[in-house]
Amino acid sequence: MVSPFLAKATVGSAISFSSSVSASLPWRFSHPSSAAFPRRRRISTVEAKIREIFMPALSSTMTEGKIVSWVKSEGDVLSKGGSVWVVESDKADMDVETFYDGILAAIVVPEGETAPVGAPIGLLAETEDEVAEAKAKAAANSSSSSAASASGSPSPPPPTSTAAPAISQPSPLLPTAKPASDGPRKVVATPYAKKLAKQHKVDIGSVVGTGPFGRITAADVEAKAGIAPSKSTISAASAPASSTAAAPPPPKASSGGSGSLPPPLPGSTIVPFTTMQAAVSKNMVESLSVPTFRVCYPVTTDALDALYEKVKPKGVTMTALLAKATAMALTQHPVVNASCKDSKSFTYNSNINIAVAVAINGGLITPVLQDADKMDLYLLSQKWKELVEKARSKQLQPHEYNSGTFTLSNLGMFGVDRFDAILPPGQGAIMAVGASKPVVVADVDGFFSVKSKMLVNVTADHRIVYGADLASFLQTFAKIIQNPDSLTL
Amino acid sequence: MQASLSLSVASHASPAALARSNHSSASFAPVNLRFCGLRREAFGFSDLKQSESRRVCPSSARRWKAAVSALASDNGSAPKSFDYDLLIIGAGVGGHGAALHAVEKGLKTAIVEGDVVGGTCVNRGCVPSKALLAVSGRMREFQTEHHLKALGLQVSAAGYDRQGVADHANNLATKIRNNLTNSMKALGVDILTGVGTILGPHKVKVGSSNVVTAKDVIIATGSVPFVPKGIEVDGKTVITSDHALKLEFVPDWIAIIGSGYIGLEFSDVYTALGSEVTFVEALDQLMPGFDPEIGKLAQRVLINPRKIDYHTGVFASKITPAKDGKPVTIELIDAKTKEPKETLEVDAALIATGRAPFTQGLGLENINVATQRGFIPVDERMRVIDANGKLVPHIYCIGDANGKMMLAHAASAQGISVVEQVTGRDHVLNHLSIPAACFTHPEISMVGLTEPQAREKADKEGFEISVAKTSFKANTKALAENEGEGLAKLIYRPDNGEILGVHIFGLHAADLIHEASNAIALGTRIQDIKFAVHAHPTLSEVLDELFKSAKVKAQVSSPVSEPVAV
Repeated sequence: MVSPFLAKATVGSAISFSSSVSASLPWRFSHPSSAAFPRRRRISTVEAKIREIFMPALSSTMTEGKIVSWVKSEGDVLSKGGSVWVVESDKADMDVETFYDGILAAIVVPEGETAPVGAPIGLLAETEDEVAEAKAKAAANSSSSSAASASGSPSPPPPTSTAAPAISQPSPLLPTAKPASDGPRKVVATPYAKKLAKQHKVDIGSVVGTGPFGRITAADVEAKAGIAPSKSTISAASAPASSTAAAPPPPKASSGGSGSLPPPLPGSTIVPFTTMQAAVSKNMVESLSVPTFRVCYPVTTDALDALYEKVKPKGVTMTALLAKATAMALTQHPVVNASCKDSKSFTYNSNINIAVAVAINGGLITPVLQDADKMDLYLLSQKWKELVEKARSKQLQPHEYNSGTFTLSNLGMFGVDRFDAILPPGQGAIMAVGASKPVVVADVDGFFSVKSKMLVNVTADHRIVYGADLASFLQTFAKIIQNPDSLTL
Repeated sequence: MQASLSLSVASHASPAALARSNHSSASFAPVNLRFCGLRREAFGFSDLKQSESRRVCPSSARRWKAAVSALASDNGSAPKSFDYDLLIIGAGVGGHGAALHAVEKGLKTAIVEGDVVGGTCVNRGCVPSKALLAVSGRMREFQTEHHLKALGLQVSAAGYDRQGVADHANNLATKIRNNLTNSMKALGVDILTGVGTILGPHKVKVGSSNVVTAKDVIIATGSVPFVPKGIEVDGKTVITSDHALKLEFVPDWIAIIGSGYIGLEFSDVYTALGSEVTFVEALDQLMPGFDPEIGKLAQRVLINPRKIDYHTGVFASKITPAKDGKPVTIELIDAKTKEPKETLEVDAALIATGRAPFTQGLGLENINVATQRGFIPVDERMRVIDANGKLVPHIYCIGDANGKMMLAHAASAQGISVVEQVTGRDHVLNHLSIPAACFTHPEISMVGLTEPQAREKADKEGFEISVAKTSFKANTKALAENEGEGLAKLIYRPDNGEILGVHIFGLHAADLIHEASNAIALGTRIQDIKFAVHAHPTLSEVLDELFKSAKVKAQVSSPVSEPVAV
């Protein structure tokens, strides 16, 4: 799914740049590269009375900010609403205010340095007594962070609070031109690809370039980040006209179409799309360029239902069960978990990330259960609850909704017995799950019995997934559902 | 003009007002003939002041006007001992401006052109680039969905036809070239075709054999794109602005060497047409030469959000065009240490490292003139200085060839200044009053000193400076256009209200700068200009607000001396 949520989520967090430490914990642990930030865990032990001052996200595109100046210095008393420091973002210089009274105990990131959005840049103590404690924390903090950077981790360098005065270095302005990993492979990435990689926190060194001369293009980064090309579609539309000397007429398909639409019926109202709806619309139209086919398969669910009754009290949801079963089936059929980026090659994904479609407030989003094959059922259920909550409060981070490799859509709870799903761009297959219903079944010996069956219908990209692939995947899936004990292992 | 007419009709107008209005209409009349009339208002202004004491009667003023137009329609008569009074080598904008003014002053004038009339500006510079920028501006508008949405507009899938865009640029150049040629022909300027070579004082060879003589000679041969050593220009994948303006292809990824005006404008064009751009700048900052604050803001708007990245503090030491299935390679070295940095691989490279004076075949050796870094040395009156540091009589050099200020309108102003001198009126052009503009979206414009330059001057000469700023965000017209991004900045002396510099970044900045440049040219002080009225709602109110926000200690220097009834 495209990034409408990113904007909302990060802007939302900017409102409370300084929140208590405990409140920010979940985000921190969910961060995939939290290992690179050992100091953060240390801070998390700080009591709530010492608050961290965070780098706020001042715009939807801001990934880091430079501290232009500290209006207050260490030891100054801060009052709610007063300016504390000035941040330079990609858009503007802005004064940042505090929402709490207190004492500026420690400045973690000095003037002229840069910190990523969300990183602590200072500590706010509530009383005099806590100042010393906060200072100690800050010192411990900076030493461990410098240790982290000394160890040469390839992740974006955390802001170090060196003792040297802030010599303003134009670091935020310099693009990450040189890929962090100066390995033997030379990485050539276009300016926009680099920008996108930074924005979506994609390690450019890990992206496989498919552009001319093997360079990494914006599309490659988008594919790696699991997002559909968004803004670039317009210039892409003009690209054919530009790159060929013959200059074909500009694309007219959609403009001509909208021009010839009949006028709306009298009395009808026109409600423009929200950003999310526009993103859905765009994705759906884009999906038309992928040749898809569908395979439907009946699955007996008596054993699954029985298991569900057993594990339900432990907080396991049907979604988690289905995701787990799908992930396990996918481990045996990696091609169904692959994707096709360029009509020329298979892209096999190393992780099995199950995206699950969720309807919320007139929108549609697909939170992603990452590594669903590796996580146990209970963790998976817990993770799913978190994701749904985040989705409702629009707090999903981009990697939590755009990193899916396979999508699950379940309309069974509405009594739908079977339906077609549209393949989201960038993925190889999507499974549409219908309701489980009792049906009369005749076995090989002619005995009749009543079994619960559900129909699953998988839509796949026929450039990479063929009929037999899908059929054998479904067979595996059905077997897992019919003997679901392995799900709880 | 309109205002003065209505004044004279009013029955109760004072005689002085009447005389003044008529007189000004006379002196303003020939303005239309000018290509570039920077000092024009200055003449009018001084006449205007005198008129209050002179009390010119309406009829004599009318006669004077008639005399002027008679002069203007005729290319003068040949002087006794020379073929021409004035010979201009180079029919670019500078030569053209000089020629028109010379005719007006009654000089018999010829202009020599070895290539095509119009020079760089019209054929390979300002003019075709404005055509491309007009396209890029629209493409940009069509592509910014949120911007359109805020206006309630829906545009789907904006696209362009490269050849159509290229044709527009070419057609515009042709049209302006014809206009220029016709304006000179209509005045009777002789256009001599061929390369002009100075044989000696008063003597110029045109083409291979034709030798003409002239009392005064103006060199206006302009410049060509400067290509540093190690760069191989093939005209296809490694190009200069000359090739880029033909827009023969739009690369997916183009490196632009140099982030000055030319580089910036092309980055605007290429990114709007879908290319990604990498800047290579030898200095530590992008956009050197702009006021740092304006540069910073411009970078936020013109560079950071676009598909552009950059390398600063590096030289492109070697650029190899694409061939044998390999991309264009650019070897970068550190600008200071000269150590190799990295190698870029791109689809095309545009060399925008500035321009070099074009003096080839001009015969400078015949008048003992040695160029300095290629430029022809001149004094402040554009008189050519020879190798011994002496003035060469009757030979002047204007425009890019002298390197004082490499702008088309500066060349024209210099040409007019020279004509003033050869017709007996000493004149020194104030280069600090010449505006400059960069036609990105939005535009950047400036006149006078930048803030660091002003501070340096203030320190040296011992005066204080102040800075006033206004934002486009507060301007009604800008907001109506949904283009509130922008800043106008005024650097001035708070003690006497002198304007030292004005810098604008925002919608139509290039058109807005002239109020400031005229004020500097005329010596108008802030305390006076702040009373000038601006139509509402217009972008010009940005400057109105700017002047009003300045805090000047001095009093109004020339209050309206007499009430004007309306």
